[in-house]
Amino acid sequence: MLSNIGISLVVLVLILSFLIIYTASLDLKTSNKVIKKNIYKLSLFQITFTVLSFFTLIIGFINSDFSLINVYENSHTAKPFFYKIAGTWGNHEGSLLLWVNILVIFSYLFLVFNHKHDKKFRLYTLIFQNILILGFLFFLLLNSNPFNSIYPIPLEGLGLNPILQDPALAIHPPLLYVGFVGCSIYFSAALASLLSDYGGRLFAQSIKIWVKISWVFQTLGIIVGSIWAYYELGWGGFWFWDPVENASLLPWFAITALMHSLIVLEKRNTLYHWVIILCLSTFTLSVTGTFLVRSGILNSVHTFASDPSRGIYILLFLSFMIFSALTIFFLKHKKETYNFNLRSRETFILSNNWFMAFFLVTVLIGMLYPIFLDVLTDEKISVGPPFFNIVIIPLVVPFMVLMAIGPKFGWIKSQKKIYNRILLLALNAIVINLLIFYFFGKYSLLSNLIFIAAIFLILYSILDIKKFFNNKNKTELPRIISHLGFGLLVFFIGLNHQFSLEEDFNLKVGEIKKINNYKINFEEIKIKESKNYKAVIGNFKLTNFDNNFVQYLNPEIRIYSNPETLTYEAAIKTKITSDFYLTMSNVSRSDYYNIKFQKKQFMIWIWISALMIALGGFMQLILKKNED
Amino acid sequence: MKISIPKIIIFSFTIFLLSVFWLGLKINHNYDTKSLVGSKISKFYVTEINNENQYISEEDLKKNKYTLINFFASWCSPCRVEHRYLMSLSNQNKEIKIIGINFKDKKINANNFLKDLGNPYDFVGEDTDGKISISFGIYGIPESILVNNELIVIKKIIGPINQVQFNDILKSIQ
Repeated sequence: MLSNIGISLVVLVLILSFLIIYTASLDLKTSNKVIKKNIYKLSLFQITFTVLSFFTLIIGFINSDFSLINVYENSHTAKPFFYKIAGTWGNHEGSLLLWVNILVIFSYLFLVFNHKHDKKFRLYTLIFQNILILGFLFFLLLNSNPFNSIYPIPLEGLGLNPILQDPALAIHPPLLYVGFVGCSIYFSAALASLLSDYGGRLFAQSIKIWVKISWVFQTLGIIVGSIWAYYELGWGGFWFWDPVENASLLPWFAITALMHSLIVLEKRNTLYHWVIILCLSTFTLSVTGTFLVRSGILNSVHTFASDPSRGIYILLFLSFMIFSALTIFFLKHKKETYNFNLRSRETFILSNNWFMAFFLVTVLIGMLYPIFLDVLTDEKISVGPPFFNIVIIPLVVPFMVLMAIGPKFGWIKSQKKIYNRILLLALNAIVINLLIFYFFGKYSLLSNLIFIAAIFLILYSILDIKKFFNNKNKTELPRIISHLGFGLLVFFIGLNHQFSLEEDFNLKVGEIKKINNYKINFEEIKIKESKNYKAVIGNFKLTNFDNNFVQYLNPEIRIYSNPETLTYEAAIKTKITSDFYLTMSNVSRSDYYNIKFQKKQFMIWIWISALMIALGGFMQLILKKNED
Repeated sequence: MKISIPKIIIFSFTIFLLSVFWLGLKINHNYDTKSLVGSKISKFYVTEINNENQYISEEDLKKNKYTLINFFASWCSPCRVEHRYLMSLSNQNKEIKIIGINFKDKKINANNFLKDLGNPYDFVGEDTDGKISISFGIYGIPESILVNNELIVIKKIIGPINQVQFNDILKSIQ
């Protein structure tokens, strides 16, 4: 039953997309200044049916309707209600439906909220967006239909992978999808802008808000994914330069560059073609990332059951997107002359773009090189953290310095004298770094530079905040918060990297292990039965000799029943200055347990500063109204 | 559209990129090390655990009729379980040489391990970062590879050696 409803709704959306493209093309030829009413109506129907189809699937998951293959494969009656809902997008087919939903929602919102802008531009955007919608709808119907039915109806489902049953992971995909798929609207708008000659400042204004929305969601999505990895995977890290993480970073670099150069386009009416390139590449990179992950070319923790036919379809559509975009771009490209003064804000914003481009290319090479080598020479290698750390980290130093002083320069040509302040703050940063170096431990020259640059950026931002309270210039605050967040993030990651403690060892019940000034006592093992799993819980007593501080840590080994899986739950105690992190895993045919103990400095501050970066973007969205 | 060199470069690069992706789809990603049986081992070079100047390479294996390369570590409990089979193999059979590759271990712990349980190895190689083992196609320890004097892998045991596999090894080298 649900299967029929779902498929009918999707087919209706498909027909509506064709109708919208058709009527919009007709309307392009009329000389009316406003878009015809029936295009709005069609779009309204389209969004309604799309959202309904998604709710149909959610209902299937909530009611555990195993007549749908998708529900049967990814859900189970014993699963908690919250994870039943999350199961909707926790798999390839369901997430593709979510993907289509976001395409349609952004399409509709862009149409409705941009009524001030040129008609032709809006119609072209609508047409391109609907071509994208059609592409993904065909993919959904022909290859990855979440509404496929199964007969006879199974009595019980196979269940959702337990490591996905986590609150952070339940919201991670929707956040990322809004972020990545949201980019589609300015991909379409960029092509529309080229075709309708609606460029420059007005174009910047029309896409500004959508860029910010998708930036905030992408940033949050990446952070939440990282938090999940830290709490759930039990490796104690938060960023692994895993291919899929890299895939999510690529569009983020492009969109961050776009967000900055968009300001230049809006204020100075220049850099138009560069902005177009960034608009086009952001969504192209999102789809490339999706292709790499879903096709199974990349192996990582994000393995969807891979299927080559899926890969072929996405690749064909991706090629279609890239070649159409390139052709339209080259057809409409005009020479632009740039006339920037070295000491102006636009130059500094452009420097941000150079850094972003560099980071993007580095990550892209690191990600694609193993694929090339595998395909062309059959040699298997993997590019890991050392490569990215060596190439990217040194560049972060000048990047942070520019982040601090760039926004101080005025547009066109700045006359402000700020050298005294730079010197003073740099001196302060050096002194603070020396204090850390002297009192807490030694680290390399590069780390010294990183700390100095990070502290410099933090001090500069704090000074900016102080100024903000004096003259209340609202437009500056979001930027300050984001830049401060980035400075703090690098600073705390640096401290975390330098001063964390990690030890692996085997222990059995009753034994004691001493590490530096800590004593770990493995006191006992308990068994706990839960709704959908059985847990072996270890009880560890951690004592610090120095201050007789005592802490109990209880890592778990969970045996899930549906599907039968073993997961290791880390015991994590978060304190203001550090996290204690302990995982235990069983060693077969032995009384011993393998223990990994870590003391991770300033973990909570890493999350807080990362969230501050996103918060800055969010504030821009809210403060936007008052600014106009 | 006027054709210019940058345009040609961009288009060709895009086509190249997409074709690589296309070919990438056809590659089998289920890497199964069992398929290494019957193939020749790759070149290697491994130094002795307690003496950096002493080393062994694939050329040395050609001198032995059979060589069993065993990957172990002191922190690996199943390695303790299989150790007695390695001991009896080295005691019973002179046809076979056993090489131990110490995987991601501390030198002191490895030496204590061999002191406690006995040393069945004719040579103990050091692989602190695990790279040598990976080049042998090892993805977890213990693993053992039986190689003949032509450097062909005739047997690959993933996991600890048990009685059945012990007999298998004896049968293979007769």
